[in-house]
Amino acid sequence: MTFEILSYGFMHRALISGIAISLMCSVVGLFLVLRRYSLFGDALAHAAFGGVAAGLFLGIYPMWIAFGVSVSSALGLTKIRQKFQISGDATVAILLSTGLAIGVVIISISGGFTVDIFSFLFGSILLISLENTILILALAGSILIVILLLYRQLLYTTFNEEQAKVSGIPVEKLNYLLVTIAGITVVSSMQLVGILLISSLIVIPNVTAMLFSRGFKQTAILSMIFAVCSVVTGIFSSYTFNIAPGGMIVLISVVIFSVALGIKSTGFLKNKTIIPNIKQV
Amino acid sequence: MKVVEIENLTVNYQGILALDKVNFSVESKDFLGIIGPNGAGKTTLFNCMLGLLDHYKGEIKFFGTSIKKSKKYLGQIGYVPQKPVFEKNFPATISEVVGMGLTKNSKKDRIDEVLQKVWLHELSHRRIGDLSGGQQQRVFIAKALVNSPQILILDEPVTGIDSQSKELFYQILHDLNQKENITIIWSSHDLDAVSKLASKVACLNRTLFFHGISEEFFHNENLLKMYSESSMQMHMHHHED
Repeated sequence: MTFEILSYGFMHRALISGIAISLMCSVVGLFLVLRRYSLFGDALAHAAFGGVAAGLFLGIYPMWIAFGVSVSSALGLTKIRQKFQISGDATVAILLSTGLAIGVVIISISGGFTVDIFSFLFGSILLISLENTILILALAGSILIVILLLYRQLLYTTFNEEQAKVSGIPVEKLNYLLVTIAGITVVSSMQLVGILLISSLIVIPNVTAMLFSRGFKQTAILSMIFAVCSVVTGIFSSYTFNIAPGGMIVLISVVIFSVALGIKSTGFLKNKTIIPNIKQV
Repeated sequence: MKVVEIENLTVNYQGILALDKVNFSVESKDFLGIIGPNGAGKTTLFNCMLGLLDHYKGEIKFFGTSIKKSKKYLGQIGYVPQKPVFEKNFPATISEVVGMGLTKNSKKDRIDEVLQKVWLHELSHRRIGDLSGGQQQRVFIAKALVNSPQILILDEPVTGIDSQSKELFYQILHDLNQKENITIIWSSHDLDAVSKLASKVACLNRTLFFHGISEEFFHNENLLKMYSESSMQMHMHHHED
């Protein structure tokens, strides 16, 4: 059965894209979770939904519109938060409902394009073409390189903005960069995981990893392992049981989280580390 | 050699005069204790010096250059805040927190070096949130020192820390000033500690009413009386507000 699944081209594309997406989501998500932006990804995905609907309505490739809407929403939201001192959760709620409302209105006007929209909402293995796979790999690679290069500054800014500023780190520019990266990550991932479930791939592996790790690098590595396991198992079970991949991926990550909570509550790993301490790089 | 010059520094913060024509300078290797009651403007002064507040009148110079002209001076400064704000369960080890302060030019071995200076090298793999308040402040001293700064600025760093940890903290500051010739600018409420450690004292209460040699201040009963009366007035003023 496993070998049969692996003989299909669409499965190759889904698995390669899935692994790239899980690495990207867990790394970007770690910064978002630690900054208490956990629902930020959800808001961007909903904004992107409006973009997808507009793209389908206008006959333009929906992903391009979604990228534009998601990134501009991320930047706009950050600017509004800084300028008007509106709390983070309130701005996230506004963006979330606005994106969804635009999408619903456009769908209503167009008379509905249900099949495509369903795939975008809940994810689809078949939706990922070769071009998509190449795009996802290129974006994931670029995002991971940027984060690796700016890792220390991003970590410092996440830890304490004021101290980072005193150290001469351009905090505001980094904040804009991070939300732009988050917007790109969300749109790249939504074909596989789905608009409605993308934020869980950003949040759950990181929260699971934080239960066990002492340091930032340990957390990032554990989170990537959990995310890849969830996505790969989710894609296989999605094909096997003919279920939308987004739901399976999220449910598997929730199972991993629940098992982790159980292990943590027994105190089994209290004085042990899952992976050895990593020397400062 | 003057490393810091503050000239006619005036800060109006939301209609309140937070600092009024403050003038003083800091010489290289000085250990300056800045004392003053709550609301005297100590943190405002530091925020201006660190570039966090730029709505001020007057001039601040580091190494002879106005901070409005260049931010390069920040690389020569280590800063320890009053109580660093971070998530209790933030997943970062002590080594990682100290390493956050590293610039491209600093060597990674500095992390172990500075952790030894604050006697925390054996705990380098512990999570920052698992340490006591006193230990956390020593981590932040190590972080401030990691780029080998010429000046260390500390804003009431021992607030809420037990007395044993305070003594250790003061010993570290003394050694940094005496053995490594680091200029220290330190604000504190602890007059006893300032009298023992600081070579110079600045008394601030929105305006500067003394700046000079530590002994001069602590052996002058009139100045001490003036300071305590001024502190009391400030205290009363806060209560009236």
